[in-house]
Amino acid sequence: MSAPVLFRRGRVIDPRNGVDGVRDVLVRDGKVAEVSDAPLPVPPGAEVVEAAGRWVLPGFIDLHVHLREPGEEGKETVLTGCRAAVAGGFTAVVAMPNTKVVNDSGLVTELVLSRARAANLCHVYPAGAITKGLKGEELAETGELVSAGCVAITDDGRPVMNASLMRRALQYATMFGVPVMVHEEDLTLSAGGAMHEGAVSTRLGLRGIPASAEVAMVARDLVLLEETKGRLHIAHVSCEGSVRLIREAKRRGLFVTAEATPHHVILDDRAVGDYDTHAKMAPPLRADRDVEALREALVDGTIDAIATDHAPHGVLDKQVEFEKGINGIVGLETALGLTLELVNAGLLDAKRAVELLTHGPAKAFGLPGGHLAPGAPADITVVDPLEEWTVDAHRFYSRSRNTPFHGRKQKGRVVQTWVSGRKVYADGQVKESR
Amino acid sequence: MRHLLGIEGWRRDELEAVLDRARSHLPGGPDTTHLLRGKVVANLFFEDSTRTRTSFHMAARGLGAGVLDWSPSGSSTSKGETLLDTARNIEATGPVAIVMRHRSSGAPHLVAKHVRCVVINAGDGTHEHPSQALLDAFTLRQRWGSLDGRTVLIVGDILHSRVARSNLWCLKALGARVIVCGPPTLIPPGLEAMGAEVTHNLDAVLPQADAVMCLRLQLERMGEAFLPSTREYSRLFGLTTAREERMKAGALVMHPGPINRGLELAPAVADGARSVILEQVSNGVAVRRAILEVCTS
Repeated sequence: MSAPVLFRRGRVIDPRNGVDGVRDVLVRDGKVAEVSDAPLPVPPGAEVVEAAGRWVLPGFIDLHVHLREPGEEGKETVLTGCRAAVAGGFTAVVAMPNTKVVNDSGLVTELVLSRARAANLCHVYPAGAITKGLKGEELAETGELVSAGCVAITDDGRPVMNASLMRRALQYATMFGVPVMVHEEDLTLSAGGAMHEGAVSTRLGLRGIPASAEVAMVARDLVLLEETKGRLHIAHVSCEGSVRLIREAKRRGLFVTAEATPHHVILDDRAVGDYDTHAKMAPPLRADRDVEALREALVDGTIDAIATDHAPHGVLDKQVEFEKGINGIVGLETALGLTLELVNAGLLDAKRAVELLTHGPAKAFGLPGGHLAPGAPADITVVDPLEEWTVDAHRFYSRSRNTPFHGRKQKGRVVQTWVSGRKVYADGQVKESR
Repeated sequence: MRHLLGIEGWRRDELEAVLDRARSHLPGGPDTTHLLRGKVVANLFFEDSTRTRTSFHMAARGLGAGVLDWSPSGSSTSKGETLLDTARNIEATGPVAIVMRHRSSGAPHLVAKHVRCVVINAGDGTHEHPSQALLDAFTLRQRWGSLDGRTVLIVGDILHSRVARSNLWCLKALGARVIVCGPPTLIPPGLEAMGAEVTHNLDAVLPQADAVMCLRLQLERMGEAFLPSTREYSRLFGLTTAREERMKAGALVMHPGPINRGLELAPAVADGARSVILEQVSNGVAVRRAILEVCTS
């Protein structure tokens, strides 16, 4: 039994339960015990968190994280990824299966979960592969994966190019109630491309990836979704055309959810600058009108969640010719600051921003947490909305440093992270239990 | 000292200074063998080249420099050495400039961020080929005096052409009107934002041009179906003798080489009275001497 914790007089923003105001939050035995308008008495032996002027939020949930273990532990491990997560305010992460070995069996799922238990920092929910070895040829054993603890299936990093196989994946997964999470990229359209196809790629002489590479696959999968009555989650939506199709599909009642990354809603293709490989990702950073469409989709609910697509890579993966540079950036420790850029600019209200980081992702994948009603897990993130700071990649808890945001000024910072009622991050330090 | 990574970003007066300087490097000009005496210019050509490599070699020698001619075959790149390690090792031998060609767009930009000597882009992927654009502009200035008010038509595989991009920046900066022409599959988006007029109808614009710059169809970069056939390309976009007859009186024919004879350019046109193709090659040495001089001074 851990000691009770009382968060006093913070601004509690809990979109699922319609709360946005100054409250006391009492935590007992790893769960939220009470949320009160009026000040609560301090229970005997309780730890008190003075939260006046701060936001007390449900812990953030990231549906899209690459922890790189097993196989690429030099880039990240479950432990270092969890450290980065709690430092960024995330109390739960969904781990992608494109590790080396691929998570296409219960054995790998169990390995990831055992590493997560050993790390003992945040909740780690593995996602299993759709197809064996991510090869897009045969379905992986979804039943075994789900039994072992996977909360979704995905070949993330690669699309399922075979439409018939994708159709069966959607059908088959309905037995287990897990979403099929898709990386939408028609490889015949994106082949050889290094960045978004547009005026910037022309100027830089880089082969472009047209928006149609994503939109065509979104269209295909929505057609298959309608037919199969399955459950589809579209990862890292990047362009206007996709947003339009998802919005329409939701209007028609299809079970589709979608996520956007902070970098796709903050940066456009001009961030590539002079061949900066830190701005190289899949899908690529798109044009400004796509960024605008994503921002609107965050506001109107077309996008359900902000997910980081945290993709750690080493220096040697990025300090190369642009075309050779590996896709992806780390995101766990910059997500809140970037999301708050939209809030501070008046483009997104605070409540909706919190929803996109908490209840939105929890609901999309049916995960516990994401809200603070009594009985909910005491996964809590405390934010100082006024703290100004500068992103310093050298101080990341992640084992990797690949970010285009190094040196960027931010307003609003995670000051504490609590998981199941235990303080795991405070005062800039990850608190590891020994 | 200044890198020459591309024409983009250079002002008109800066470009004109290089072109003016090049005039003094023409055959018969003053002795310039003292300018880089005792210095070394390193030629790093990761991609095959005849004209550009030879031309830079001749230019460096003409300024009195020693030349380190490096190529990837037989080098440590075959052992997996990275581009940056190769460049840093070459730099450690002490060259005043690295002249670099690479199949990846932006590769010279990467090197320039990590070495202290001057980096001169001798062609990077499908991005820029600044020395070619300068020698093209020099050749046109030689004929016309000024590019102001002139129309240059660039025909062919714009998508894969570093020459097209550099020429577009250069010709526009020097006051010319630039029209680009090719099939839609070989025209990248956003050229209008760079100042070009875009058309797919060669016959409609041909009579407007004061110079027609034919580009090589880069068949080696075309693993996919950009075109139904080279035959159809030639029929629609080849500069044939019949088309040559419809050109303005005195209009020039250019080509950066190597030519696919009979495909983008009829042999009779390539070798005809309008052609300045070999003048381009000759001027290349003078222009590259000027580039080395200006960048290393």
